[in-house]
Amino acid sequence: MAIVAFNQQLKNNFYLLKIAGKYKADMGQFYMIRKDNPSMFLGRPMSVYDIEKDGIIFLYQVVGRGTSVLANCKKGETISINGPYGHGFPFDVNGSIALVGGGTGIAPLFFALKQLRKSNKMNVIDVFLGLQKKNDFESTFDYYSDRLIVVYGGFITDYIQYEHYNIIFSCGPEIMMKKIEQQSRIYHIEHYVSIEKRMACGVGACLVCSCQTKEGNKRVCKDGPVFRGEEIFYNG
Amino acid sequence: MGKLLEIQFADIIFKNPIVMASGTFGFGREYAEIYDIEKLGGLVSKGLTLHSRSGNPAIRVWETASGMINSVGLENPGIDAFIKNELPSMKSLNLVPIINISGLTLKDYIQACEKISNENVDMIELNISCPNIKENGIPFGIRESTTREVVRETRKVVQGPLMVKLSPDAENIVKIARICEEEGADAVSLVNTFKAFAIDIHKRKKVFDNTYAGLSGPCIKPIALRMVHEVSTNIKIPIMGIGGIMTYQDVLEFLLAGARAIQIGTANFINPRVGEEIIRDLENYLLNHQISNVSEIIGIVH
Repeated sequence: MAIVAFNQQLKNNFYLLKIAGKYKADMGQFYMIRKDNPSMFLGRPMSVYDIEKDGIIFLYQVVGRGTSVLANCKKGETISINGPYGHGFPFDVNGSIALVGGGTGIAPLFFALKQLRKSNKMNVIDVFLGLQKKNDFESTFDYYSDRLIVVYGGFITDYIQYEHYNIIFSCGPEIMMKKIEQQSRIYHIEHYVSIEKRMACGVGACLVCSCQTKEGNKRVCKDGPVFRGEEIFYNG
Repeated sequence: MGKLLEIQFADIIFKNPIVMASGTFGFGREYAEIYDIEKLGGLVSKGLTLHSRSGNPAIRVWETASGMINSVGLENPGIDAFIKNELPSMKSLNLVPIINISGLTLKDYIQACEKISNENVDMIELNISCPNIKENGIPFGIRESTTREVVRETRKVVQGPLMVKLSPDAENIVKIARICEEEGADAVSLVNTFKAFAIDIHKRKKVFDNTYAGLSGPCIKPIALRMVHEVSTNIKIPIMGIGGIMTYQDVLEFLLAGARAIQIGTANFINPRVGEEIIRDLENYLLNHQISNVSEIIGIVH
């Protein structure tokens, strides 16, 4: 059990949840977050949005009963957090990178952005965000990126100049990641996707988050959540 | 103190009565990264079939009040790949490995049991109760005639201890348990998940491609406990109690109701360390109540 440091409501049903304590995770890894409540039985997988000295931060959007329960958590309340789990984005990358996020899929990209910026090894780090409406966190992305493009209510994939990048990390709607994968093939870009699936155990034992890949079924929680784009979008 | 939790179950010594349930613990590898799983009494493998299965497509899990519904559909590598890749490491663990076998046909059950029995495993759990295999129609464990047939025929090929995992959807679970005993089963485990249903109200469609799926978690515990109690007063072979166990208090209830050992399933998803925590809590309870061995309390509530 851990303590909620803050649970701040942003625009459009987005929240920033900070849990107090010392945490260490790779970019793209996730935790199982759970509040003891009759309306929430299973934990919810949440990718790391940010890690500070005194706590870990998650960005989420209220979409159903479970996230509504989380939204009602107050500062000082106890909350259960298990992780970090899974395989995140690769760190042995270089050249020019685009981080492309849609909706809550932007969460792991902020942590990736900060880690890559800190490592000082990329030539260019550009960020592309697709959101329904204007929100409060765009400017924090702007601070760490070379260039930030935000599209509200449109297709973010139409704004990427693929020829500029060697590598792309993406997380968001399947259609978005698929489109990026198609372009990545044309431009020989190394493309990594972070996949979202309903989970139960989070550690690779229960197989409820299996997904079909080029090499057969894989567990999103354990073998992923980050995969090579070509592993997931292998037929078209 | 060392023997406080030790029990004998179907002629096998378990260092404690806490066993991890099939399908919730893989083959042990994942949880071994989180804690020392050799503290456990035993672990039941993911359900295995004669041939590999890729499981059910689309949504496999749905949350409900105090529980979850799953439709994994027995995704597994098949018995041969299991024997080659997973069995050696399971056998090397200092706990009782139990191999769970499922089948679509009687022939599948017999062949899979023959293969695994040749490997000298400690115990086989015969799963005649999975609600998630479509091809099967009705699981063998629902009806008395099919239960008798599958237990009789697999008993012929299994040399070691054979435990049969019962369905709570059985027409009469007491009669089914008696049939298992008559046909030579060494133990029964109960209960598997309940056949359940969920509808997505936004899409106005069924959640699972397979229509029905298996309900587990604390919402089923009182019913599972009643079934263990009913069965335990009607058979002599030992029972492994299963159904929504989350805490050591739940474990005590099942033991008092007549289970000699218990299995923990869904609770692993809520708290990955629940196994070691329950063992620690159970030990403290026995010490605080001056009980010298856990078997003293088994089945004392009639």
